[in-house]
Amino acid sequence: MTTTTENNAFKSQEYFINMGPQHPATHGVLRLLLTIDGEIIKNIDPDLGYIHRSIEKMCERDSYQQIVHLTDRMDYLSAHINNEAVCLVVENALGLEVPERVKVIRTIIAELTRIASHQLWWGVMGMDVGALTTYFYGFRDREMINDIFEETCGARLTMNYNIPGGLMFDLHPNFIKRTKDFIAHFKTKLPEYDTLLTGNVIFQKRTQGVGILTREDAISFGTTGPVARASGFSCDVRKHHPYSAYDRVQFNEAISTVGDTFTRYQMRIQEMWESMAIIEQLIDNIPDGDYKTATNAVIKLPKGEFYQKVETARGELGVFVVSDGKKNPYRLKFRSPGFSNLSALKKMAVGSKLGDLVAIMATLDIVVPDIDR
Amino acid sequence: MNIPLSITKNIHNWLFEVMSAPIATVVQNVLIAVVFLAFFALAGLLLVWMERRIAAFFQLRLGPNRVGPMGLFQTIADALKLVSKELTGPEKADKFLYNLAPYFVIVASLMALSVLPFSQEFHAFDINIGVFFLIAVSSIGVIGILLGGWSSNNKYSLIGAMRSGLQTISYELSVGLSILTIVVLAGSLQISEIIAAQQEGGWFIIQGHIPAIIAFMIFMIAGTAETNRAPFDLIEAESELGAGFHTEYSGMKFAYFFLAEFINMFIIAAIGVILFFGGWLSPFGITESIPLLGVFWFMLKVLGLIFLMMWFRWTFPRLRVDQLLTLEWKYLLPINLFNIVLMAIVVLLGLTINF
Amino acid sequence: MTNSELQNLISSWNSELEFSESESQFLNITVKPEYLHQLASQLKSDKETLFDFLFCLTGMDWGTDLGIVYHLESTTHKHQIVVKVKTADRENPTFDSVCDIWFTAEFHEMEVFDFFGIKFNNHPNLKRLFMPADWVGFPLRKDYVDDVNMIIK
Repeated sequence: MTTTTENNAFKSQEYFINMGPQHPATHGVLRLLLTIDGEIIKNIDPDLGYIHRSIEKMCERDSYQQIVHLTDRMDYLSAHINNEAVCLVVENALGLEVPERVKVIRTIIAELTRIASHQLWWGVMGMDVGALTTYFYGFRDREMINDIFEETCGARLTMNYNIPGGLMFDLHPNFIKRTKDFIAHFKTKLPEYDTLLTGNVIFQKRTQGVGILTREDAISFGTTGPVARASGFSCDVRKHHPYSAYDRVQFNEAISTVGDTFTRYQMRIQEMWESMAIIEQLIDNIPDGDYKTATNAVIKLPKGEFYQKVETARGELGVFVVSDGKKNPYRLKFRSPGFSNLSALKKMAVGSKLGDLVAIMATLDIVVPDIDR
Repeated sequence: MNIPLSITKNIHNWLFEVMSAPIATVVQNVLIAVVFLAFFALAGLLLVWMERRIAAFFQLRLGPNRVGPMGLFQTIADALKLVSKELTGPEKADKFLYNLAPYFVIVASLMALSVLPFSQEFHAFDINIGVFFLIAVSSIGVIGILLGGWSSNNKYSLIGAMRSGLQTISYELSVGLSILTIVVLAGSLQISEIIAAQQEGGWFIIQGHIPAIIAFMIFMIAGTAETNRAPFDLIEAESELGAGFHTEYSGMKFAYFFLAEFINMFIIAAIGVILFFGGWLSPFGITESIPLLGVFWFMLKVLGLIFLMMWFRWTFPRLRVDQLLTLEWKYLLPINLFNIVLMAIVVLLGLTINF
Repeated sequence: MTNSELQNLISSWNSELEFSESESQFLNITVKPEYLHQLASQLKSDKETLFDFLFCLTGMDWGTDLGIVYHLESTTHKHQIVVKVKTADRENPTFDSVCDIWFTAEFHEMEVFDFFGIKFNNHPNLKRLFMPADWVGFPLRKDYVDDVNMIIK
């Protein structure tokens, strides 16, 4: 629109709105400062830190056993995988070989965590695009996983099941049966997800061609996980740098080249199938043995720098430990997947509409404690 | 006024016997108003309860089930809670318009209710432009939404209100044109005559066959959009705008918006029943000898259509604002215009199906 | 490429780089602040190295020096490398921003600025990201003191 005359009554004007920190679509306390022209987004400026708890600073004070518990509170939907990352970096630094049983159990629970996280994401994704029913379908199935966790480690969300050197307790006797029951149940329910949401014409129109991220941008913005894989960036840590028992299981890395919101959605649905395949391969072959190796009561890492990456439900979580030989790390940095994924939001969403922004944010699968740390 | 049968006629006669004609007319009108207000409140509460129960069953939940039998009194308890709540509002709101807006919405839906025929007998206001009156009055409600969103001094409300304006203006066309298709078939705007025509020749959805079915589908889509319900609930799109135009309303003022939404849904379903499913007529005339049962049949059909709208709501995702306009202007409107011509040809050549 | 090949190649670009493989699982390059941007863009664009994925950017306080650790990976050649940059200036530490090379650095550099007070030249939007804008001090520095919020054991 031309705005040549000075007192043009129809002059378009950009305005500014606050999305969050209390907003239904930001899933927590993310605050986006949006500049909007009508419905079209002109600029996005995230304002973070509403639940910053200085976890990295606390880590510099705490012992390595204590740090594991802090990581639960970052990405609480991948709590087990976060624990595993810290345990792995400590074990690798000490040169500690954990029993095979531990590796397999860790992998199974990590995959269950991933499924649970994606189930919650799927429910919320539907809700963000306006289909409220999906939320309850997602939670119905997620409840079974939480029950399995509760039985084995006493907690449903922040599990604290890993300790450096192994696991906190052995598996509950019911674990294998209940996990198999869940897999059998969820195999019949996952197609239901497709019929309810994936196949819906409105949903497809809302998501296809929206928020496109090219492969180059995906790499440059450091996005990982399903967000990056939807753009064709093969970055699955489980494939490229296998840890725990991932080197002995067969699974496909969900990958596509389209890079729009719908593809990101599909990646996660596909990942749930792959996770089930991984669990099925391992659940009957859990080796006997100890559930932990003995470690010193006070763990002191040798002097040096250690880096470990794991694949959480949101992408690549990196733990960078700088040790000066004491019982607490000199510096510990968490490279959180959500933080890097969020940095790509501006690239994806500028120029699209307010409704698109909500859909794009839903497929970024943002967990704000993971970003703020 | 058309009050031909027993109950209402007896009351009418009795009133005119005991008092002079002008007073009797006033008393009679007050009585009708009270009955309609009571119906308005009760229907609203019942529909809210019904929506919550139906939503619950779609979502693997139970819904309200503690207060009263099957939770029937839950909504009454909720209404009492809303009445007792403090009416808060933004300090910088345009107070006059802000307070006026809920009344616009609720009065519009109440007025539309007045022309609905619940049975041959219970029909308060049978004017010769009945259908026209319905469309005209039901579109006043959007002014209330626009005022509410504009005066709230909240940008989310404003976006919601602007979307509402654009949505209502667009979909009003489709509602009007799909009704017009049936008016072509009925040859009258008067509601009692439309129903009488269906009594003779079968329900219009069968009488008008193909064009009537197309008109019905368009009417349901556009009607859902008119009532601002999912998948067209962009006005209050929860995940985008918080609560849209009524973000800043609380207590009873919020309840008015809420109630009006459900009454509007009732009105749209009622228009659908009148135009396509024979109003208070029983299927195949099985209970024609008992005219009072007309109320039962009318309500049954209306609740059936309301269930359909609830089914949409709890299954579909929401459209985006540009898709909303594309759907209306590029698809529904041309189809509708073509459909009117088709219906005119059908009527002209006498291709209707008559029993 | 293996670490020694990488070292040979990269040392041929610039003679003032320090290489180290001790106490780390990666090849570490320490670069002077003035060569940082030039090295970074060469690491990304050179066909032999192609480090296009900056997977971690860490602010560091080594006691006397402030600095940044860049973890880089090449998505084509699959090799990884660590670049370190240090400055002894604790009052006004400034490096060149690499957010024109790897877009993700924009956010990570804001985080580093927030916690360490390291400034970046040519950064488009350098502001406190997590801490309130009026916060005094940089919490992850080793000399940071906060009697109220910090529990020292």
